[in-house]
This record gives sequence, structure tokens and C-alpha cells, in this order.
Amino acid sequence: MFDSLTEKLSSALRNLRGVGQLSEANMEIALQEVRTALLSADVHFRVTREFIERVKAKAVGQEVLKGVNPGQQIVKIINDELVSLLGEGTNTLSGSRPLKILMVGLHGSGKTTSTAKLGRLLKKKGFAKPFAVACDIYRPAAIDQLEILSKQEDLGFYADRVSRDVPAIGAAGLAAAQTAGADLILFDTAGRLQIDADLIEEVKKLSARVQPDEIILVADGALGQEAVNVAKAFHDALKLTGLILTKLDGDARGGAALSIKSITGVPIKFVGTGEKTADFDVFYPDRLASRILGMGDVVSLVEKAAEVIDQKEAEKLAEKMKKADFTLEDFLAQMQQIKKLGSLGGIMGMMPGMSGMKIDEDAAETGMKRTEAIILSMTYQERRKPAVLNGSRRLRIANGAGVKVVEVNQLLKQFQQMQEMMKMMRGGGGKKMMRQMEQMQRQGKIPGR
Amino acid sequence: MFGLFKKFKEGLAKTVAAITAKTHSLFGGRKIDASSLEELEEALITADFGVETTTEILSEIKAAYRKDPLLAGKQAAEIGAAVLTRVLAGSAGTPALCKRPDGTPAVIVMIGVNGSGKTTTTAKLAWALQEEGKSVLVAACDTFRAAAVEQLKAWAERLKLDVVASHTGADAAAVAYDALQAGKSRGKDVVIIDTAGRLHTKTNLMEELAKIRRVLQKIDPAAPHYAWLVVDGSLGSNSIEQARVFHQSFGLTGLVVTKLDGTSRGGAVVGIWRSLKIPIHYVGLGEQKEDLQPFDPEAYSRAVFGLE
Repeated sequence: MFDSLTEKLSSALRNLRGVGQLSEANMEIALQEVRTALLSADVHFRVTREFIERVKAKAVGQEVLKGVNPGQQIVKIINDELVSLLGEGTNTLSGSRPLKILMVGLHGSGKTTSTAKLGRLLKKKGFAKPFAVACDIYRPAAIDQLEILSKQEDLGFYADRVSRDVPAIGAAGLAAAQTAGADLILFDTAGRLQIDADLIEEVKKLSARVQPDEIILVADGALGQEAVNVAKAFHDALKLTGLILTKLDGDARGGAALSIKSITGVPIKFVGTGEKTADFDVFYPDRLASRILGMGDVVSLVEKAAEVIDQKEAEKLAEKMKKADFTLEDFLAQMQQIKKLGSLGGIMGMMPGMSGMKIDEDAAETGMKRTEAIILSMTYQERRKPAVLNGSRRLRIANGAGVKVVEVNQLLKQFQQMQEMMKMMRGGGGKKMMRQMEQMQRQGKIPGR
Repeated sequence: MFGLFKKFKEGLAKTVAAITAKTHSLFGGRKIDASSLEELEEALITADFGVETTTEILSEIKAAYRKDPLLAGKQAAEIGAAVLTRVLAGSAGTPALCKRPDGTPAVIVMIGVNGSGKTTTTAKLAWALQEEGKSVLVAACDTFRAAAVEQLKAWAERLKLDVVASHTGADAAAVAYDALQAGKSRGKDVVIIDTAGRLHTKTNLMEELAKIRRVLQKIDPAAPHYAWLVVDGSLGSNSIEQARVFHQSFGLTGLVVTKLDGTSRGGAVVGIWRSLKIPIHYVGLGEQKEDLQPFDPEAYSRAVFGLE
């Protein structure tokens, strides 16, 4: 029941082999499965219905193309529809200076954290003087939280710990920011229910006082069917200009994004992808669509790799691989870089065709740890010249790493095989891969600037 | 107890209003037909019940309808509520939290994803237990999020709670150890440990929870006696995945469902109960200290179907 949408879709479409033309009849079972899958991924009931109708309208009557199976063809149609739906509208920010952004949302959606993250990201993208104004006077220590984060990210900060008049606090914060010469002013507000008339009235007044250029709803990526009502009510009250989807580093499929987007038309602008303030990114519709459809998120993986992997180190390694004088020391360094990419499961999820695969992540990680321990128990000489490893040295290493000698032998054998493979590949396609990576990075330019 | 029951109903009032608006035409006495069944399906799906539970309730209603084609809508709602109550049978109840024979306080660890409401729930629960006459100590073990420690301290001050806290960045397990030690020497009945929010997908953060357990076990091998998952009632099917993973790696003993005072109906919790059989101890129905209430499956089920 709770398989990912990806797995659901793959199994639904497997039933569609060997069909010549797509028709309502032969697609029915598959589309029923797609419906169940979308609902299980928290896409809203009505949005699901409309989406299925759109896909059906596009697909019925299409000849199945040569060389493609009907399943793949439907995936393509669904993917195109998803991308166009998710990506409609502009995800750039207003050009006004100072740029005033009001952050709103339910309790615990991640407004304060996202305020700091957005400040940090936009600062990196050229804003000289970002400034945060604390307008959450309700949650205990919310002001402290924003103050600490602002300090950490070097953002200007304003708060009034005495006043209970939120619109006035906002206005005073705005004045303070202007005096400080801020070119970006972020207003963090309290979490509120969309049906809490008093608090909605309060944020409307705040908005009227500070006249924001952008009003952004911060929504939890794992929101359920309620996402639609929440977004609609906030949109009706405040005229939202954008959406930030948070906690996307979890395994929620983000069906809420599709619901909110299709009901309100408000563009998704940014996504929160982790605990650290750096874990924040511009929204890419194609990536979310591909992730939903199990085509992997290669671009994200490549970018993440480019971000965390030390470029020079990587080039050195590539050079060594080419010359096939790759040592156990390099192997260790490489493993440590892979670890920086995150959990193995996370990496697998981003690879095409792998998302449905079940790996025993813990076993794999333990395996990596043991390998690391073995190499770390070797002397530098041994790491560079494994040929010197006789029986007694192997025993010493096994004892040092807390493993059996067999495991040491296995590792050495694997390493030898790797070296042989590298010799075979000598001069192979390494450069091409680098070029592709650079290209993808260039495309990943942030909009709004 | 009846007062609490009333509060539970009041809190769910908006929920009821929302769902009866949808099901009004359905349960107004008209006979069931294909379109009213679809409306019923919509009402259940949009309450986050998930496809499986929805299908089960619908099929029971359909079966009853086949037996008696004249079955009026009102009866369908009764059937729906009965099915849901049956699905939820055994899910309610709160444990009697009391000191171990050797004087160690009962230890509850509150865990959950970011923003689910752990700190607020910790404060509300401590207050409720104090009102029952128990002595409680809260431990600020969310040492990761900026100002989380201050947040719990502010609550403690407001509600006159005994608190053990360190500073942001401190070792959460060490704070938990200190808290249990302090709770024991101060003769507390209950120690509630508030932890940092963590997504269930982060292996390293799950490891931190295991460390908290190991450290607590140095004082009492049976600690923590309770591990409660705090679930945001407005989330969808992912809550089930969250519960599954937290249960696998930490062993949950109960659930607290928060933010049910909105229009969310928290149906995903039914899915958690169905697949994991973890009891639902409390529901959060508002921002005030008294807005944490014991879960009542029958009142909930009847509310969902717009029945008094």
C-alpha cells in the first residue's frame, strides 16, 4: 500500500505490453493504478481526477511508437504533463529593491529555518545586505531562533520582544532594515491555521503595512490532502506569489506540490532539502516530475557531487585511474568522498532505474566501514604497495580492524580486480563525463537574478 | 473524564463541519447510489484515510446496501462509523505513568520529524500530568535546532515545570542521562525527554536516538519505558512511513497526533494503527496548555461521518 509512486507506476505500466494503439479500454487498468498511486502519494482527490483526465485525453488514439513499449509511452505523456503542470508560471523573484519577502504558513512547516536559508541563498546570489525581521511573537523562543540563525548567516536582524502588535513590529522592522541599507528584507511570521480568522487578519494587516513584493507560503512536502485547503485559504487571504516546499530530504513523494500548484496556480520557487542552512535550492519541475516517475534525479546527484567532492582531489584521482597507479590510499579517499554524498540509499534513489531496487543500506554502509577500517589498519607502505602483504601482515591488519583475515583477502582481491579494470579502460571516456557534468552545472543557474 | 470528552468533541468540531459539508447530501436520508458512493470515497480520501482503509469502509457499506437496496443514507453513515470504530478498536488508552519499584521515574522519549510539535507536546503533556498530581521533569534534548532549548525553558517557566537543559550543540544523550539522574534523585514520577526533530531517512540521526537509549539504560536497563512518536495530523501517507521507520529503529510504544484543531482529519493515523498497531495516546487540539486530549476512537469515527 505504501510503496512509492515510482514503484506503483512501474507495476501499473507493466500490464501494458504488446498493445498497438492506446485506447481508453486498454489503458483503463493502468490508469486506475496510476490513480491509486497518485492518491497514495497524497495528490489531492480532485487534482488526481483532473490529471488522469488530461493524460487520458492526450493518450487515447495515439499509435504506439516503434521501438517503444506502451508503458514507456504513457510514462512520457505523464511526465510531460507533470512537468508542464509543476513548472507553469515563473519561478523568478520580483526585481524590486529592497526586495521584501513575507514568509507565511502552518505551524512547524519550516518558516524560520527557510527564512534563514533563503537569506543565505540570495546572499550568495548577489544580495549585499539581507535583513531578517522577527514577527513570530507567539511560539516561545521563535525570536531567539531567528536571531541565532541570522547571526550565523550574517543577516541583519530586527525584533521587538515587548510589543504584541505584529503589524507595528513589521513596520518598525522595515524602517530599521531600510536605515541599515538592506536590499533584501525577510519577514518571518508565526505559524497559523488557515481557518484561524484572528491570526489571518493579523497577517493581512502586517502585509498591508510592509507591502511585500513576494508573499511565500512555506509548506511541508509531506502534507496530505489538506494541502489544497491550506494553500487556497492563504492564497485567498494574501495573494501568494510563491511556494517553498520543505523537508524534501525525506521520502515523501511530494504529491502536495502537485495539488497546491494545480489548485492555486502559485509557482513553486524553492525547496528545502536538509537540516543545514545550505540545504536549500531553486525548484526544478522536471526533477520533481522525474523523481515521481522513477526516472531518477541524475542532475541533482551530479550537482551534489560537484558541490561536496573536492574538484582537485577528483582530478588527481581520475589521473591516477587513467595511469592505473591507483593505490589503496586513493581507494580510501574515494570512499570518503562517496560518504559525503549522503546515505547510500539516498544516492541510489537519485539513480535512474535504481529507485525501485531494494538494497540493504545498513549492510552496505557497514561493509564500507569495515573496508575503511581494514585500510586504516595498514601502514602507508602497505597501502601503496599491497604486494608486500604477506600472511603475518594480513593477520595483524585483520586484528587491528577487528575483522577476519578472509575479509582482508577479499578486499585485496577486489582491489586487484579494480586495478585490472582500470588498466583496460586506460584513456577511456573520463573527459566526456567531466564535460557533461560542467554543462549540467551551468544549466543549474538560479533564476530571479 | 466527561469534560475531556467534551473538549475532544469541541476540538474536532471544525473537522466535523468540514466533513459534514461534504457528506450532508449523502446522509440526508437519500438512498445510496453510485454518485453518493463516490462522494463518500472523496470524503474519506480527502481525510487522508488512504486508499486501503477507504476501500474497506466503502466495501462494507456497499455490502450492506446490496442486502437492502432501500438502505437510507443515514444508515450508511452509521455503517461507516461502525466500520471505522472497529478498525480503530484497541487503539486508544493512555498508560498509567508511574515510578518503577526502585524509584526510577517512568521515562518517555518524544520523537518525530521536524516541526511535528514535539516541544509543545512535551510541555502540554507535562502540564497535564502535573494536573493529575504527578511530579514531572522535562529534559531539553533538542540540542540541535537553534533556540529549541530556550523554547522548552520558556514553556517550563510559563507552566512551572521542572526542567533539565544544557545548551545548543551539547550532547543530547548526556542531557538525557543528567535528566534521568536528576529525576531519580528528586523523586519524580515521570521524566519526559524532548528530542530534536529528525527525518526518518537520516541514518546518522537515528543513530543519535539509539545513543540516548543506551545512555538511559545505564541507569535503568528498561529505560526508556515509553517511546512516543509525535505525528503532525496534517501530513499525508508519509506519516505511515515515518512511523514504520521510527518503530523499526527505536521501537515505538505510542503515538501523539498533533494539529487536529485545523480542518485536517488526520486519517493517516488510521493507516498507522492498521499497519503497526501502535496505540494513539493523545491528540493535540490547539495551542493552549489544556489542548492535549486522550484519543477517543468512537467520538472520532462518528465525527468523521458527521454523526452526533
